[in-house]
Amino acid sequence: MTQFIVNGQDVTLDIDPDIPLLWALRDDLHLTGTKFGCGVAQCGACTVMLNGMPRRSCVTPLSMVEGSEVTTIEGMTGPEIEAVKAAWVAIDVPQCGWCQSGQIMSATALLQQSASAPTDAEIDAAMAGNVCRCATYVRVRAAIHDAARTLEL
Amino acid sequence: MRVMIQTAALMLALPLGAEELRGPEFFESIADQNERSAALFTEMGAVLTHPRCLNCHPVTGGPTQGDDMRPHSPPVIRGEADFGAAAMNCNTCHSADNVEFASAPGSIPGHEPWMLAPASMGWQGLTLGEICEQIKDPERNGGKTLEALWEHNAHDGLVGWGWHPGEGREPAPGSQELFGQLTRAWIDTGAICPE
Repeated sequence: MTQFIVNGQDVTLDIDPDIPLLWALRDDLHLTGTKFGCGVAQCGACTVMLNGMPRRSCVTPLSMVEGSEVTTIEGMTGPEIEAVKAAWVAIDVPQCGWCQSGQIMSATALLQQSASAPTDAEIDAAMAGNVCRCATYVRVRAAIHDAARTLEL
Repeated sequence: MRVMIQTAALMLALPLGAEELRGPEFFESIADQNERSAALFTEMGAVLTHPRCLNCHPVTGGPTQGDDMRPHSPPVIRGEADFGAAAMNCNTCHSADNVEFASAPGSIPGHEPWMLAPASMGWQGLTLGEICEQIKDPERNGGKTLEALWEHNAHDGLVGWGWHPGEGREPAPGSQELFGQLTRAWIDTGAICPE
């Protein structure tokens, strides 16, 4: 039995505690905004927030989140995610879209942790673990700059 | 007879197998204490220069990975706290334990804490003698005395991870207990560095 909080709601799951959090989110809680990409922490598509910090859910055993707070893209709130969403729409960032949930989670985390507007280098370092098969990287970077301006960082 | 065999083995300087590490008793036949001390550190070097250790002791940039010490994938930077970048720190992927992949062979390594050695403790590309001088220098080893260094080598959990690296990775040679014994013997013989 694993008890934790997902998007502000108490959750109890009576499933194998060794399965990845990603499996539980998608298959048991039906929160399919978080994507499976590689399963080996190489692509970032499965990024969620674990106690407020980005975390690859494909390499996070369910047992590890006991008593923790998990936020998926469905449950993100606050000025940073709003600025990122607006920038993503304005710049038309996604192409196929598969990786974009993870891209948005990492971008939002970066802006949450930035006291000033992130530089290109800081954006590249923060987003290096989010792979995009459509190579939207230039638009991702532009959108993060745009969101930082919205947030007046 | 045993001493003769040991001495002959020393003279031949046989390459060690991945799992082998000789204990302090193997070096008792070296009469000169300074030479014995340097030989003990050379043996410690089989651990210190093993990829399980070196990968997180880079001199510049971020960590390496694998037995071929290739650049870490995905790309990561050292960061100000030796812990990666904002929104992409070590704990974005690495957790308190090794975690086997659910959908592929292998595992992602983990330990609490999981971070790079400070830049002052970068070892990649250095000779063993240079590593030895660095490891003894409190200005570069995090202010450690030799006693603190022994404690670190013998009991630190992240050091110990090197012998329990998870599925798909070769452990460092020997054991942490043996590494601690070698460190103790090296210190007790004067902590002499090899050339």
